[in-house]
Amino acid sequence: MPRIPGRPVARALFPLVLVALLVWIAQWVLSADIARSVTLGAVAGGLLVYGSAALSAAWRRVSHQPGHPLYPAVIAIGRYWKANQRRLAPWLFLAPGCLMFAVYVIIPIFQSIWISFFDWDGLGEARWIGTANYAEMATDPNMVTSFRNNILWLVLYMLALPAGLLIAIFLNQTIRGIRLYKSLFFFPFVISQVVVGLIFSWFYAPGFGLLYKVIEAVTGQGIAILADPNLVTFGIIAAGLWPQIAYVMILYLTGLNNVAPDQVEAARLDGAKGWRMLWYVILPQLRPATFIAVVVTVIGALRSFDLVSIMTAGGPFGSSRVLSYYMYEQALSEYGYRMGYGAAIAVVLFAIMMIFISGFIWKMWRDETER
Amino acid sequence: MVHSKTGALAVVAALLMSTTAMAQDQRVLKYNADYDPIPLAAMEALIADFEAANPDVDVQLNNFDHEGYKTAIRNFLTADSPDLANWYAGNRMAPFVNAGQFMDVSDVWEANGLGESLASAKASMTIDGKQWGVPYTYYQWGIYYNRDAYKTAGVEVPGPEGVSWDQFLQNCEKFKAAGIDCLTTGSKALWPVAGIFDYLSLRTNGYEWHMELTAGKVEWTDPKVRDVFAQFARLQPYVTANHAAIDWQDAAALMVQGKAANYVMGNFAVGVFREGGMTNENLGFMVFPEITPGIPRAEDAPTDTIHIPTGAQNVEDAKKFLAFVASPDAQTKWNAAVGQLPTNKNSTVPQDDPFLVAGFEMLSTAHALAQFFDRDAPAEMAKAGMEGFQQFLVQPDQLDNILARLEQVRQQVYK
Repeated sequence: MPRIPGRPVARALFPLVLVALLVWIAQWVLSADIARSVTLGAVAGGLLVYGSAALSAAWRRVSHQPGHPLYPAVIAIGRYWKANQRRLAPWLFLAPGCLMFAVYVIIPIFQSIWISFFDWDGLGEARWIGTANYAEMATDPNMVTSFRNNILWLVLYMLALPAGLLIAIFLNQTIRGIRLYKSLFFFPFVISQVVVGLIFSWFYAPGFGLLYKVIEAVTGQGIAILADPNLVTFGIIAAGLWPQIAYVMILYLTGLNNVAPDQVEAARLDGAKGWRMLWYVILPQLRPATFIAVVVTVIGALRSFDLVSIMTAGGPFGSSRVLSYYMYEQALSEYGYRMGYGAAIAVVLFAIMMIFISGFIWKMWRDETER
Repeated sequence: MVHSKTGALAVVAALLMSTTAMAQDQRVLKYNADYDPIPLAAMEALIADFEAANPDVDVQLNNFDHEGYKTAIRNFLTADSPDLANWYAGNRMAPFVNAGQFMDVSDVWEANGLGESLASAKASMTIDGKQWGVPYTYYQWGIYYNRDAYKTAGVEVPGPEGVSWDQFLQNCEKFKAAGIDCLTTGSKALWPVAGIFDYLSLRTNGYEWHMELTAGKVEWTDPKVRDVFAQFARLQPYVTANHAAIDWQDAAALMVQGKAANYVMGNFAVGVFREGGMTNENLGFMVFPEITPGIPRAEDAPTDTIHIPTGAQNVEDAKKFLAFVASPDAQTKWNAAVGQLPTNKNSTVPQDDPFLVAGFEMLSTAHALAQFFDRDAPAEMAKAGMEGFQQFLVQPDQLDNILARLEQVRQQVYK
């Protein structure tokens, strides 16, 4: 009898599995609560480990018994594996990731699309209404506001790029304590968005906010930015830009580290300086950083949910809504629970994101195949 | 091996200990609630009384965060149902009743004569002629005011009978001249403006019409709706300018500081006013003035309720608990501790709190009680309506657009 590595493990696990099973049965009988499902999970996990150990032991045993009825099959699979190992291994390693991605990303996307064709409050019967949710969207003034605000976010959020580049160039020098200055500039990105939102709503607050007081001192009449339907979105975008600029800055700072000194030297010999140096020599070398900065900024603008929620909850009277917040309001907020309509908004938001995402993927694919 | 055995022993020991706790003869009554600290303490005291009277029942109170509860209830009613759950009366409970998630408890009402002792709240607990829960508290709405602000502006302080609507608006003119906001509100969370609208509507067209409006039977472009907004427009110039950016507590601070004179609010705000330093000396309360003469006076009195979910395991004890919570003694005790009003008419209110005394008097003589706009109207209509009221206060010239949009939502919601 050859040594069977699977055995001791299996033997050690057996009492644990048995106890877990007993616990689970006892729980099942005695109560109807969450402990039941937790224990069930533990049992399933134990059986999985125990089963795979037992299976591998059996496999090895059979592969040494030419007379066993399963022997030819085991040998054939073994041969196939030897021949195709390099082709199969990547997929096996990818499998857990793919499974998670499918369960938590891909399948929910299709579920959302499916739900968007129903009228459903999340509790009762879902009623098939075809494309009525999408038809309603076309005449929904809130949808127009949200859409317009999303565009505003996309356009104005792009200001983070030049601003971040400017600060990065400004900080890209060697003086005493530059690390400290860099970290201070990076600081807003480290703070949670919720805190950023709170800080800015106090900054704007009527009565005691710093900005309100300054405007009051200068013009004699304070402006409550978050109460003004025409200014509120700009106020929130300004709050969002603060950490976003820091993020872009750090991307450009690392990019500037990789700018080739010999090219800068050569350009200088050719008489380039100032704007021309920046435009023709530095910026082209920063292209990878710019690409990443654009990607994170676009995505940041499209998922601008937390700031809207914290600072205004979409108000006043819905003027600062964005699509992601409107989706939340319709599907999940206190006055919502229109799952179908919320899902339809999510699908529209997804379609908009897909335009950008496919653009990025196409560019990355092109860059990689060109090299 | 030794280690795995000790581990297994530990697991078995833990299991035995947890099961012995469950194996006692007490029947478990699981109760999911959303109390803030003070009401929680009051309810724990009530539960102790109930357990003393019923030693064979063990009430397990599972308290949620107030806002989180509104989402959680939708999950636990279907997934892991308790035996009792807190919720609200009126249209707010309709989705759960219609989805069959709440149990019909008409028999509890019948057996304990609640139809008579809880008469004022019965209508708001009834759907399809059956009762779906038991109310344990409500609170009045009205105008709270700062007497010091009245004196500062040189305006005569209203007496216990309040002031007339025209007098109120004239006072507002004087407050404006004195640089004081006549009426304050903080509409960041939207609902405070609905209180103002409710009262203007109840006083202009009466309770029955207001109920038809919130039930979707009246078009929002109806001339009678415009009558309400005409009164709203008279009030609009005197409301705190930046109300859309502040929470209701911030507006309460304005009134405490004397920067605002009046506040249409619920009685729960009294605690905030007192924390800010106001006393019975300078904090006043009056009934919202009559607008259309001769209309029977109706009030806003949002009611909090307890229900039995359909998935409850221990229905018998749950019904016993409902009957207990509906009793005059339990309601007297809980509401005295929290500073709200008992729904049972045989309960008493503490006589040293002038706001509770006034509220009890006001509600028990009222023609009818509304639940509040966001509980009377379905959620989607409530949201759109409150946004419309807020917008009207900021942009009164947009009235036509607001009413057109509300009418569009009405047609969408009540199909």
